[in-house]
This record gives sequence, structure tokens and C-alpha cells, in this order.
Amino acid sequence: MDRPLLLHVAVLLGLTALAVSAAQSAEPPQPDPARQQALVHMVRQDCGSCHGMRLTGGLGPALTPERLAEWPDDSLVATIIHGRPGTAMPGWERFLNESEAGWIVARLKQGFPPLD
Amino acid sequence: MRLAALIPAFALGLAACASTPPDAVRGTGDLGVVIERAAGRVQVIEHSHNTRLGTIAGLGDLSHAHVAFSRDARYAYVFGRDGGLTKVDLLTRRIDKRVIQAGNSIGGSVSQNGKLVVAQNYEPGGIKAFDADTLELLADVPAEYAPGKFSRVVGLADVSGQRFVYALFDANEIRVTDFSDPKNPVTTRYPAGKQPYDGLVTPDGRYFLAGLFGEDGISLLDLWKPEAGARKILAGYGRGEEKLPVFKMPHLRGWSLAAGQAWLPAIGRHEVLVADAGTWAETGRIPVKGQPVFVMARPDGRQIWVNFAFPDNEWVQVIDTVDKRVVHTFSPGKAVLHMEFTPRGENVWLSSRDSNRVSVVDTATFAVRKELPADAPSGIFFTSRAQRIGF
Ligand code: HEC
Repeated sequence: MDRPLLLHVAVLLGLTALAVSAAQSAEPPQPDPARQQALVHMVRQDCGSCHGMRLTGGLGPALTPERLAEWPDDSLVATIIHGRPGTAMPGWERFLNESEAGWIVARLKQGFPPLD
Repeated sequence: MRLAALIPAFALGLAACASTPPDAVRGTGDLGVVIERAAGRVQVIEHSHNTRLGTIAGLGDLSHAHVAFSRDARYAYVFGRDGGLTKVDLLTRRIDKRVIQAGNSIGGSVSQNGKLVVAQNYEPGGIKAFDADTLELLADVPAEYAPGKFSRVVGLADVSGQRFVYALFDANEIRVTDFSDPKNPVTTRYPAGKQPYDGLVTPDGRYFLAGLFGEDGISLLDLWKPEAGARKILAGYGRGEEKLPVFKMPHLRGWSLAAGQAWLPAIGRHEVLVADAGTWAETGRIPVKGQPVFVMARPDGRQIWVNFAFPDNEWVQVIDTVDKRVVHTFSPGKAVLHMEFTPRGENVWLSSRDSNRVSVVDTATFAVRKELPADAPSGIFFTSRAQRIGF
């Protein structure tokens, strides 16, 4: 019982630290901590069904910092929101708004947080 | 006196059985493996009493993990996303052998004679054959389709004569590789439809079906007449209508045949497609709750169980194969990733990733028989697969 609780606190603290450090650089508005946790879960698990849970690629390409470095954020956000027609990448606009997609892109580019 | 003295000993024996020490003598016909994907671990379970026997950790990245079984059903071959291939002893619950055989892998299969384990890989694109005992690499068969270009391999299935059939997602092809001489495999290529995403062989090993992502239809190769090449069935099932988004790719395997029909997931439509398994003509389509992922026949063929892609993945629907309609809809938990029938189908095991549990459901009454805790479970694989073609 204690361990999950501790983990939870640790994750929240970690996410808060992330939010604070991110707020200092010019970034899109931050989703609140609970939403951030939900987004991390979604990316690792549901995006993970094509990109791999460790985001090292599968049917979709790897979403690692090295691979994404050269892509402009806007274009990656557009890919996530609208998908890429003619490929297996679907659009996620029903589930994510642009600032959430922006938050995901920023996290992907710096190394995506682990699952709690 | 003597009897009285024996009773405690007998009771002790029973107690020992209940905790099933690894060295206990037992069969393996009712064993199975549950993947705990995020933990890189598998549970070993038994489905006679629906209990967990133990866990085996250290198996790497198990997203999209697949499991095949040795011919004697003692060992599980666990294929990890990270290219790890681990031979796990279900009785001692230890890792027997482990190799990293590729950069990105999605599964594998065992040859007819039980001597080869073949892995299908995305990176490097191709298949590799290993000695089933030692995991020594015997042959590397790259899926090269143009000079220096290698396709991701999907749908690998074992068929008779140490042959393996598979499809090339990036090259619109079906290939058959014959490992009769394991170190000198021979590959034949058949042009197929656009972007095959997975494949299956019918339970007799005769027909290979490749589901297509890039067009509406299924490519079908008759392995009794391979020279005739692949043809398309269920062509244009989308009727030119715009596709719904697909948030997870469906999976195909030889459980799709039931009651003389093939039951297949549509892509970009919330339908199960039905085709006559003799003529391959469409005989129906059944509206369902979402994008189907697994469309699995109960072993007796009377029911088809369907789970769904995100965001409808908490649902499971059951289709009656005589009435061709949904007869039951329920939610065993959040993010239902996989289902596995007991060998004769009285129960089905379902994994709910986000509810951290596996549910055992009675297929006649739909009552939940048992719920077992599991850490983000995905695939469930029973040893009965060892005796089936194409698993
Ligand atoms: C059904 C499979 C699938 C799912 C699920 C999926 N993707 Fe993709 N994704 C793809 C494919 C395939 C591509 C490559 C498209 C192409 O060929 O240009 C891609 C491309 C991308 C790219 C562009 C990277 C590049 O190098 O081209 C990003 C970023 C991305 N996906 C993010 C996501 C995120 C975030 C999610 C979850 C919200 C997600 N994807 C879920 C299949 C998927």
C-alpha cells in the first residue's frame, strides 16, 4: 500500500519539477499534473502500440530525441493532431488539443518521462 | 494406527502441491504465460484451477510481445520488442536461454518438426531461424525487396515442410521460406496487396491470408497451389467510403475460421467481415462497437469474441456464428488487450492492461469465474498453441 503512494508522490514531485523548469523556458502552457500523468500513460501505452512502449519504433518510427531533433515542433504537433493521410499515423484531435500535443512534443524531444 | 499416521503425511503432500514447488512433477498441457509488458516479466499460470504459479523476470521490452511453445510444451519462446528471444522453462520457471537477435522484433513461430524457432523482425527487416534447443542462429533471411532496402515482416506463420509464410509491410509481398535444409533456406516471392499489416494460416495450413492496411481487401495465397499466386478477396469492402481512424492495428491468427466462415476485422470500419471459407465470397458483415483488434473463434466455432482499438478498448463483444449477430457486450476492465481460450473453450482469459488484472470468463454463461492480479497485462498464451499449425 505504501509503495504506490510513495511512487505517486515522487511522480507528482517530479512532474512539478518538470513544470517549473519548463515554465522558465518559453513553452506552451502546461497541462495540470493529473493530465500530464494521463498523457504520459497515453503516449507510452496507446501511441506505444505502434511506436513501441519505449518509443523505439514499431509500425511507426522511433520517437526518440535523436530522431526528432531536426523536425520543427509545429510540424510534429500537426502530425499528432491531424495524422499523416495515406500512412498508418491517425490524427488524435478527438483526444488531444494543440497545447497538449505541444507538451508531448517537447517531452519527446528531451526524452520522454517513464510510466509511474 | 497406520492409516492415522498416513493422513498427516498425505495432507502435507497436498499442501506442498498447493504451492507447487518448481520441481513438482506435473504436466504442462494446462499451463500458460501472461505478459506483464511494462515490467518485462511473464507470469506462469495454469487453467485447470485458474491460479498463478510464478513469475519470470528479466525479459526486456515486452510491448508487442509474442510467445510460441516448444513441441513438448515445456518451454515458452518469448519474443520481445527489443529483439530479445528468451527460452523460458515453464516448470522450473527459469530462463533457459536468451539471445538478442534483432533491434526490433514482433514475434515468431516454431517449425512443424519442432526443431526451429523463427523470429520475424522489423529491424533489420527479415526473418531468422534458430535451433529450438540452443537458440543458435542457423539462418538469416533478410526481407530485401530492392537493393539495400529491407521490409518489416508481419504475419509469420509455420506451415508443413518446415516452411514459413509471412508478408512484407513495406513491399506488398507474401513470401514463403523453406527451411528443409535449415542453413540453406529457399525463399519464393508472391506479389500481394498494399501494406499487409498481419497474416494468418487456416488451421489446416492451406491458405495464408494477409490483411491489408493500404487498401480494402485481403490477399489470399493457396499453399496447395502457390504457383497460382496471391489473389484478393473481400476487395473494396469499404465501398469507397472514408475510413475511420485506426488507433491500433488488428491482429490476425488461425482462430478466424468458424462455422465454415472466415471472420475478419475490417480496417477503418467498425465491422467484422464474414467470408465463405470455400469460395471466399463475402457472406456478411457485422456492426460492432469499434475498430476490431482480435476477432477470435471459440475452439468449437459457435462464438466469435471481439476486442477493440483505443478508445473503445474497454469493451468486448460476442458474436453468435449461426445468427451472425452480437449476442453479448461487456467490459471486463480497462484497456482489454488480449483474449485466450482454454483448449476446449469453456473459459476465456482476458487481460485488462489499465485495470491490472486478468479475468477468467465462462463462455456459456459469461459469468466471471476468477480475477487474477497482473501488472499491466497484455498477451495471454496457452501451451495448447504448441500443437496447432500457424501459431
Ligand atoms: C496505428 C499506429 C500509430 C499510432 C497508434 C500512433 N502512430 Fe504516430 N506514426 C505512425 C506511423 C506509421 C508514422 C509514420 C508516418 C509516415 O510514414 O510518415 C507515425 C509518425 C509519427 C510522428 C512523426 C515522426 C516521424 O519521424 O515521422 C509523430 C511525432 C508521431 N507519430 C507521434 C505519435 C503520437 C504522439 C501518438 C499517440 C498520441 C502516435 N503517434 C500514435 C503510426 C502510429
